[in-house]
Amino acid sequence: MSNYYDSQHLKKFADIAEGNQPMADKFFEYYDSVFQEGALSKREKALIALAVAHAIQCPYCIDAYTGGAQQHGADLDQMTEAVHEACAIRGGASLVHGLQMLEHVKKSGM
Amino acid sequence: MRAEINPAPDEEVAGPRKVLSLVRRGSPLARPARQLQILGELQLTQPDGSRAEFDATLAAHGCPQLRPATLEIFQMNLGKLCNMSCRHCHVDAGPDRHDAVMDRTTVDACLAALDRTDAHTVDLTGGAPEMNPHFAYLVDELTARGKHVLDRCNLTILLANGYTHLPEWLAERGVEIVCSLPHYRLRNTDAQRGDGTFKKSIRALGRLNAVGYGQGDPRLKLTLVSNPAGAFLAGDQCSMERKWRRELERLHDISFDALITLNNMPIARYLEWLQQSGNLQEYTETLLCAFNPATIEGLMCRNTISVGWDGQVYDCDFNQMLAIGSEGTAHISVFDAARFADRGIRTARHCYGCTAGAGSSCGGSLAD
Repeated sequence: MSNYYDSQHLKKFADIAEGNQPMADKFFEYYDSVFQEGALSKREKALIALAVAHAIQCPYCIDAYTGGAQQHGADLDQMTEAVHEACAIRGGASLVHGLQMLEHVKKSGM
Repeated sequence: MRAEINPAPDEEVAGPRKVLSLVRRGSPLARPARQLQILGELQLTQPDGSRAEFDATLAAHGCPQLRPATLEIFQMNLGKLCNMSCRHCHVDAGPDRHDAVMDRTTVDACLAALDRTDAHTVDLTGGAPEMNPHFAYLVDELTARGKHVLDRCNLTILLANGYTHLPEWLAERGVEIVCSLPHYRLRNTDAQRGDGTFKKSIRALGRLNAVGYGQGDPRLKLTLVSNPAGAFLAGDQCSMERKWRRELERLHDISFDALITLNNMPIARYLEWLQQSGNLQEYTETLLCAFNPATIEGLMCRNTISVGWDGQVYDCDFNQMLAIGSEGTAHISVFDAARFADRGIRTARHCYGCTAGAGSSCGGSLAD
C-alpha cells in the first residue's frame, strides 16, 4: 500500500460488495434512502453531510458532499458556515471537557 | 412605441465584461470543428470498457435512431450580440458579436416557415434577443399569429439605455420571460455572469414584478433558469424552486412563477473553462455516468426546430453551436415541414449533457 488515501476509491465504493454482496446491497439501499428528499430537502441534507464530513475528517465524504451541496444549490458562503458549525462543535466538545478538568482541580487542589 | 434600431447599451449599465468572445480572441475553440475534436478525443468509456458514443448508448437502451415527435417549439437564435459576456456561454455571445445578428430577410423566412408548422411556441434566444433590430417587429408578428412567445432574457438588458421600456412592452404582448438567475444569492450569480450582475438582475426582476410578471397570471409568466456555476450537474428542480421562491421573497421581495434547472453543455466558453480549470475529463465522465434513459422521450431535439442567426436549421441549440446541421434541411428559406418531421436526429458526445441526471433542456429537467 503506497498511500493510505486514494481519491479513486470513492468512485469504486461499490466494489466493497466483492466480499459480501447482500450486506453491501442493504447498506447502499439504506444510504440512498437517507439522502432522498423528505422532511429535510436534499440541499439541507447535503449541507449536514458536509459538516459531518468535516467533523469526522473523511476526505471522501468532503469531496462527495462538497459536490452534493453545490449541485443542490448551496453556495460557498453557506457551505463555509456549515463547516464552521462542525468546527465550533468539535472545539466546543473539547472545551466542555474542561469542566471535568475544572472539577478535578477543585476537588483535589487546595 | 419604440424605434426599430436599438442603440448599443452603455457598458456601465449593461454589466461587466469579464470575458472576450472566443471569436474576438481568435481562439481555436471558436471553430465548432475544434470543439467536436476535443470532445471526440476524450477517453470516455462504458463500464464494459468500450468507447462511449451517444448513439451507441441510445441503441443499448432500445433507441437505435432518435426520431422527431410532434413539432411544438420554433426556436430562433436572433444573434450572438449580447450586453453581457458570461464565462459559461455556450453561444460565445458578447458585446463584440456584431458579426452574427439575424437580418430581416431571415426573420421573414422564419415567419414563413413557422406558418407551415403547427408549433405553438416560439422561443427567442441569443445573445440578448432584444438587441436584434427586428425584435419588436418579430414579437408583434408572432403575437398577431397567436403564438406563445418566450423571450430568453439576461435581465440586465432591461436596465440598459434604450431597453428600459421592455418590461411593460413585453407585458402588453403577453410574452413569457425566461430569465437567467443561477442563484438567489450574489456569489454564484456573479461568479458565472460577472461582477455586479446579481444586483442588476434583482432590480430587473423587481421591474418585471411591478408590471405584473411572476404573480401567477398565466399571461405574464416569469420563469427563472438556474444552471450550475461550476463543473457539476443541475440540482433537483422542484426542491430548488421551493428554496428559490422562499429566499427571493424573504431577501428581495421578488416573486416568480417557475424555476427550471439545466445542465451546462461542454461547448464554446464553458468548454474552454472546463479545459482551463482541469475539469473537462471529470465533468464529461459525470455526464456519462449519470445517463438516465427516462430522459430520452422528452429530449428537446424531438419537439423543437432550432434556427441559427443566419437561417441555418438545426435539431437543437447545442447542435447549432457545434454547426451540426439538421439532416436534409439546410436553410429555413427552403423549409419542408414533412421532410423535417421525417428526419433522423443527429447526435454526438455533447448530447450526454441532456440525458444526465434528471435530464436537461431549454424547458428544464426531463425526468423525476
